[in-house]
Formats: sequence, C-alpha cells, structure tokens
Amino acid sequence: MRYLPHTDSEVQDMLSAVGAGSLEDLFSPISKDCRRTSALNLPDPMTEWELDSHMQALAENMGPSQKALSFLGAGSYDHHIPASLKHLVSRSEFYTAYTPYQPEVSQGTLQAIFEYQTLASRLLGLEVSNASMYDGASALAEALLMSLRIAKKKSAVALSTAIHPHYRQVVRTYLQPMGFEIVEIPWGPDGRTDLSGLDREDLAAVAVQSPNIFGCVEDLAGASQKVHDLQALFITAFTEPLAYGLLPSPGSQGADIACGEGQSLGIAQSFGGPGLGMFCTLKKYMRNLPGRVVGQTQDDQGNRGFVLTLATREQHIRREKATSNICSNQGLCATMAAMYLASVGGSGLRELARLNRDKAEYAKQALASAGCSLPFAAPTFNEFVVRLPRDAEEVFARCAEQGVVPGLPLGRFYPGLEDHLLICATETKSKQDLDTLVKEVAS
Amino acid sequence: MTEYTVPGTSGLTMNEPLLWERGREGRCGFSLPRRDVPETELPAELETPGPDLPDLSELDVVRHYTRLSHWNFGVDTGSYPLGSCTMKYNPKTNEVQASRPGFAQAHPLLPASMSQGILQLMHDLQTHLAEITGLPHVTLQPAAGAHGEYTGMRIFYAYHQAQGRQRRKVLIPDTAHGTNPASASMCGYQTIPVKSSEKGVLSVQAVKELMDEDTAGIMVTNPNTLGLFEQNIREIAEIVHDKGGLIYCDGANFNALMGIVDMAQIGVDVLHLNLHKTFAAPHGGGGPGSGPVCVTSELEPYLPVPRIIADNGKYALSDDFPDSIGRLHTFYGNVGVMIKAASYILSLGPDLKKVSQLAVLNANYIKEQLKDSFYLPYDRQCMHECVFSDAWQEKTKVSTLDIAKRLLDFGFHPPTIYFPLVVSGAMMVEPTETESKEDLDRFVQAMQIIAREARENPDILHQAPTKTKVGRMNETMAARNPCLTG
Repeated sequence: MRYLPHTDSEVQDMLSAVGAGSLEDLFSPISKDCRRTSALNLPDPMTEWELDSHMQALAENMGPSQKALSFLGAGSYDHHIPASLKHLVSRSEFYTAYTPYQPEVSQGTLQAIFEYQTLASRLLGLEVSNASMYDGASALAEALLMSLRIAKKKSAVALSTAIHPHYRQVVRTYLQPMGFEIVEIPWGPDGRTDLSGLDREDLAAVAVQSPNIFGCVEDLAGASQKVHDLQALFITAFTEPLAYGLLPSPGSQGADIACGEGQSLGIAQSFGGPGLGMFCTLKKYMRNLPGRVVGQTQDDQGNRGFVLTLATREQHIRREKATSNICSNQGLCATMAAMYLASVGGSGLRELARLNRDKAEYAKQALASAGCSLPFAAPTFNEFVVRLPRDAEEVFARCAEQGVVPGLPLGRFYPGLEDHLLICATETKSKQDLDTLVKEVAS
Repeated sequence: MTEYTVPGTSGLTMNEPLLWERGREGRCGFSLPRRDVPETELPAELETPGPDLPDLSELDVVRHYTRLSHWNFGVDTGSYPLGSCTMKYNPKTNEVQASRPGFAQAHPLLPASMSQGILQLMHDLQTHLAEITGLPHVTLQPAAGAHGEYTGMRIFYAYHQAQGRQRRKVLIPDTAHGTNPASASMCGYQTIPVKSSEKGVLSVQAVKELMDEDTAGIMVTNPNTLGLFEQNIREIAEIVHDKGGLIYCDGANFNALMGIVDMAQIGVDVLHLNLHKTFAAPHGGGGPGSGPVCVTSELEPYLPVPRIIADNGKYALSDDFPDSIGRLHTFYGNVGVMIKAASYILSLGPDLKKVSQLAVLNANYIKEQLKDSFYLPYDRQCMHECVFSDAWQEKTKVSTLDIAKRLLDFGFHPPTIYFPLVVSGAMMVEPTETESKEDLDRFVQAMQIIAREARENPDILHQAPTKTKVGRMNETMAARNPCLTG
C-alpha cells in the first residue's frame, strides 16, 4: 500500500511496544456492539494506472461541454489563468500546510494572506478584508448576519431581487432559524434595483449586487445615500470582481460591506467550487468581521512578521458567542487570487476589464442588430440580457446541439422572463466566437 | 577581514518585500489577449483610473511566491502531528485527477446532459461515504467541517420544526470541537455544556440529567478531542432518542474509525466528515476543505438542495425536495476537493480499514514512548491521537508553548496546543498513519531531548525557536494595534 509505510515486522514491533497482540486489539475500548462486523463494501483498490483511466473517462464524459463554446456566466466565469499561477499554487509548501497556527513556520501562508487582504481591500475600496469565506453566497449571508449583530435591535434586512437567485436562497437558509425577516426589493424597467418604495426604518442592512444578475451596473452611490438615510448598513455583493478593474469600487460609492465571489481571479471553475468568498468592510466594523484575519506584527528581534489575529472574535475562544463558526476557509484560493492580481497588476487589470466590457458590448450590439431586443437600458460589464423572439430554453437546446452554450435562460429563476437569455462574454472569446454566437442565437 | 554583503542576499533565506514594495508601474506579468473588437464608450460616471494594485513582471511574481513558500511548513516538508487536524500525506495523483480539464473547466450551470462525468463521480462518492459511515444518505455541499456542522444543526432545526415544536437547547460535551457551540448557536440554539467523566468520556448519567424535551439533541465528537472513543454512545443515544432528541456526531476524527464502527448502529443520526482530513485532500494552509454530511433515512428529506439523483445510469441535479433546509453554497460545494477524496477512496478501497488501524497504532506508540517524559492526564488506550500536558515541565517554568516552539528547532511541526480545554496546557499529538516508524522515533527522540532540556536548561526553551526565519511573534501587539492591510 503505497501511502502506508509500515512493514509487517515494524507493525509487530510497535504492537509489542504498546502491549497489543494484534491490530484488532487496538480497538478494545470500543465494545462489540459498536463494532462493524462486515468488511467495507468498496471497489477493490485501483492502481495509479487504473485510477488515471477511470478518472479520464469520467472527465471526458461531460457530453459535448468540453468542446462547446460556452457563454455561461451567472456567478462562474471563464477567464484566462496564467501558467505561472498553476505552477506557483502547486508548490506543496502552500497546499499541504494547515491553518497557520504556528507563525514561525507559516510566514509563507501568512504573508500571502496579508497581501491578499491588502489587494482585496484596494480592489473593493474598503479598509479591511478577512482571510476569505467559503464562497460568494455564504459571504453575503454572513454579511447580513454581521449587520444584524451591529444593529442589535433590528431584525429585518432587505435584498434586491436582482441579486443572484442562489445567493438569495443561501441567505434564506442562514436567516430562517434565527427568525430574521427578509424584505425583497424589485428591479425597475432599466434592470437596476428600484429602491424608491423602500421606506422601512427597521432594517439592519440593505443589499444590492453590482453588476447584478442581469449584468446591470447598479447606481451604488444613489443607493448608498438612500440606504444610509434609512440608518441601515449598505451591503454590496458581486459575482464578477473583474468589473472593479474598471468601474468605481463599492467602497468609493459608500458601501459598508462589499462581499462576493472571487473565482474570476485566477481560480478554475471546477463545476462551482472551490471558489473564493471575498469580504471587505470598514475599520470600525473590524471586530465584527466573520472568519479569520491575518495581521502584521514583529518578532522578538523586531523583524516584520505576520500572525492570525483578533482571535477573540472566533469560534475556538468565544465558542457560542463567536462572530461565525468559520474555521477552515478558502486560504489557498485567496492566495491564488493574490497571485492573479499581482500578475495582472493595476494597469493590466484595467485593460483586461476594458477588454471584457468591449467583447460583451460587441456581442450585445451584434445581437441587437440581428433581431434580439435589449430589455434593460442600464450599463453592463461582461454580461447582459437579451430578449429573444421565442422561448429561451428552446433556443438553448438548439444552440447546444450545434456546440454552443449560448448563456442562461432566465425563466428558470424569474417567471415572466422565459424569453430572456443571460449572456456572458469574457476576454477568452474571440470576435469569431462572438459572431458564431450571434449566428446561432439569431438563426 | 571585511565581509562584503549586499542587503537582502544572505543565502537562501532572503528577505522578501511585500508585493507592493516590489512593483514598478507599467509592468505586467499577464498575457493580455489581442484586441479584435472596437473600444466602446463608458458612461463618464463609471470611468475610473482602476484600482491601486502593484504592477509586477511574471518573474517578480514567481520569485516572490517561491520565496514565500520556503518559509512554510507543509506535510511534504516534515512531520505535522497537529491533533484533530489529521495532517496525513496527500497523494500526488489526487492533484492530477482534480486538474483534468473536463472537471476543472466545467461550468456549474451546464445542463445535466453535459456534466454526466462529474455528476457520476459525485454520486459514487456519496455512495462510498454512506458505506464508510453506515449512514445511508449524503450531501456533499458543505464547504468545510464547520459548514457541515452548521448543515447538521439546520437539519436538527428542520426536523423539530416538522415535529410541530421547536426546541431551544443543544448539549455539547467539553471534549467536543470548538466550532460545535458556534454552529449550534448560528441556528438559534442555546448550548449546554456537558462535563466528561474522570475517564475522559461522557457518562450516561451526565446526559440523563441534562436531556429534556426542550433539548434538540447532542453534538458528540467521536472519537473525542482527548483521542478517546465515546464508549457509552449507544446508551446515550437511547436516552436522547427517548426524549425525542437527535444525535449529531462530529466526524472530524473519523480517521480512527474507517471500517471499524458503523455510525447508524451506535445511534448517530447526523454526521459530518472532513474530506480534507480523513480522505487526504490537502488543506491548502487554510482551506478549501469539504464537509459532507451523512444522515439516517428519517432525516433524508431535510438534506440541502440541489441533490444528485440517479436514474438508470443518468445523473441530474434536483431542487425538488420540499422539506429541504434549502441551499448552503452558491453551487454544489467544493467539487475540486471531492475529486481528490474520491481518488483517495478508489486508491485504497477496503484497505481504508488498514489506514485507521495504523493511525491508531501510531498514536498509541507515541503515547507509550512519551508517557515517561510528559504527563498523560488520561492514561488509557487511545484512538488516533493522544493528549499530554505540561504539568511536569511547569516546575521549571516551561510551558506547552515553549515546548511547541522548541520542536520547531528540531524540524517538526508542533502538536495542537492548549486544546482540548479540559486539559490545562494540553498537547494533542496526532501522528497519522502515513508517518513511518523511523519518523515517529525521531519525533519521540526530539520530545525526550526537550523534556531533558526543560529540566536542565529551561532557557533554551524560553528562547526557542532560533532556527526559523523569524522568532516568536508579538501576538499582543498584533491584536492591540491591528494592521490588516499594507
């Protein structure tokens, strides 16, 4: 057995050292009626060669998806990942380490996370970041719980219905047992959240997503004003952080908490996970942050170094009073995101974001010229909605047969939008790819 | 003779500046795709100069992270006996499997017809985890162990809701993992601590006294954080079930029990597993993990959606479970981690039992070899980990922290320290089954030398570590004056 180093004679030596007659004897503290009597009914062990062919067969059994030209976005995005990233993240000093409880031998992880926190804060325009959350949806749920901790006496929050439907489902799961109320805010004719009817003053927070599920860039500055007038915290969510390479950051528009999914930043799509929950806020809310944080300090010689800090908020000290139960988060994914942001750089990110916007804009205009209509007038980034002359599922099925996954039919989530298709075009799509999309969708 | 040096170039432990101390505006380590579409105008109010991120070349980035990696201790670097974290060897083939393009490039919203391979892998993994635990229904969605605990508590909540009355309390033994109380309280439960007996396990009496009809159930870590099997679990389960409660088992320590114990048989209703511990998926210095939850048939309706359904060899995801607690993750959890665990299970098959046997052998071996050097508060046959304390070293003012820091100088990652809380100055050692006898002997030897140093020359321990890149960190300064960004 290649992962088990023990030879038979070593096992015998060790058994005598511990005073046991056999391996079975080691389990004598477990009474007979707790013991399993049958052997594990699992397939025979595979050799590495057998495992390779088994896994390869599964990886290839993905229907035509591997060769398909896909314009799916909606929370998971296809971006170019530099080869250097895959190489660096494969360094086993990073990936075979645990949470950095011993800072003297974990400076690699700790400095990488400190740098991630800094880059995330700069990207989102806020003062502090945590060391990551599970994903975008759980980050939003935790942001709302944090707002309810801050506004002790309030027990309601408001969510835009233009937030990713899965994010709203996760929020419901998290908030329901605590008895918190969720108020839904509609979207207006331009595809942006319509806050005009919101006049409740018992809200701990109001959350919008930008760009939202329709790809529409929200008026964050306007929303911030309105939300703060209601004495609530303003939470902004996102599924596509690359947008902030170009667009004003949530912090600069007045967000108190910005949270969302960081998968776009160099992380493979992997059928939806692992991704990266990002979470940034203002310094004044630092001690209410969920999850772990890394801070800068010095060693006994005065050398700069990094440690996990503010642990008194956490589950292993505050137990039931902790700001969250998070122990493992997405550390390696946060490191990858930092590697990605470092590789692209500030100048590169702006250019890349521009290119994403321009590709999508080209496809959008071409589809409009080919007979689709554009239902929402708000500006968009790399994702947008078109209205088709027929049912979107029908168009989807027909395109898929031609090897094109044209986007996401929105009727699945929004009754009434059955003829609407959400399309994403990133830098990975060439003009020719976009022309193919237009031809297939409009035919 | 004068020694000439260039700042920052002393051997291999060069100082590495922070990313933004390295950057020079105008560099880019990324190959931007060629522009083949025209530029478009952006509304003026949306036009910004872009974020303030450093610009670096590809080599800048490669050297930066390669150097950072040198200052990190991983399982591939050396022994990592961090109790309850199960830092076993992570087979390299698992990485190969997870990075196959068919899996790594799959979009989570692809229709089922385009994702049969990954759905089948996930379905098979569920089946295998059900077989390994004895609990027939599984969700893979939770993204970490504590996320699994939370899922379990949400299932408790939904179950009692369906019984017509919500309960307010959950019992939590003092030997449970630290995340358990936080997970229960996130569902609004009040947590009631249960003291373990002088033998280090739960007594039937203690549970009997606390269990009532306002208690939703109990969260038991089994084996517990003293490394002991909760041997009264069957009787405890009866008491809890009789009062209408449920048994949650924190299965983070399942590495000791594969092929040994059937969880359904001992009365467990809900159990989470840590794929990043028991099933050899690496932890990544802080995650991603994965915390599948296994339940009895009675609790199956409450599992989170979406769920994988199989029909005649065709797989699909379904949301159509009206009693479900709902969704817990944007998509289906940490699929990449699931692939690694599936690959591990397929590599070992029924030999997983051998894994647990050798994990328990290694822990008992260490316990026996070290019990003359360090105080062993519960001197009993242990499972996959054992707990010592600094009671004997205290006399020369040497603490668990000093011992841990001194171990770093010997090239070992220290055990988990100051946990579990029931042992003052605890050191929880979990060698795992992948450590060879030679490596265990080396660890024992280092610990014995440290015990001698503690008697003869305690200052060596107070000043440790001296062979790491940085010395002991000022944690108080970090917490009093938090600096979270540069």
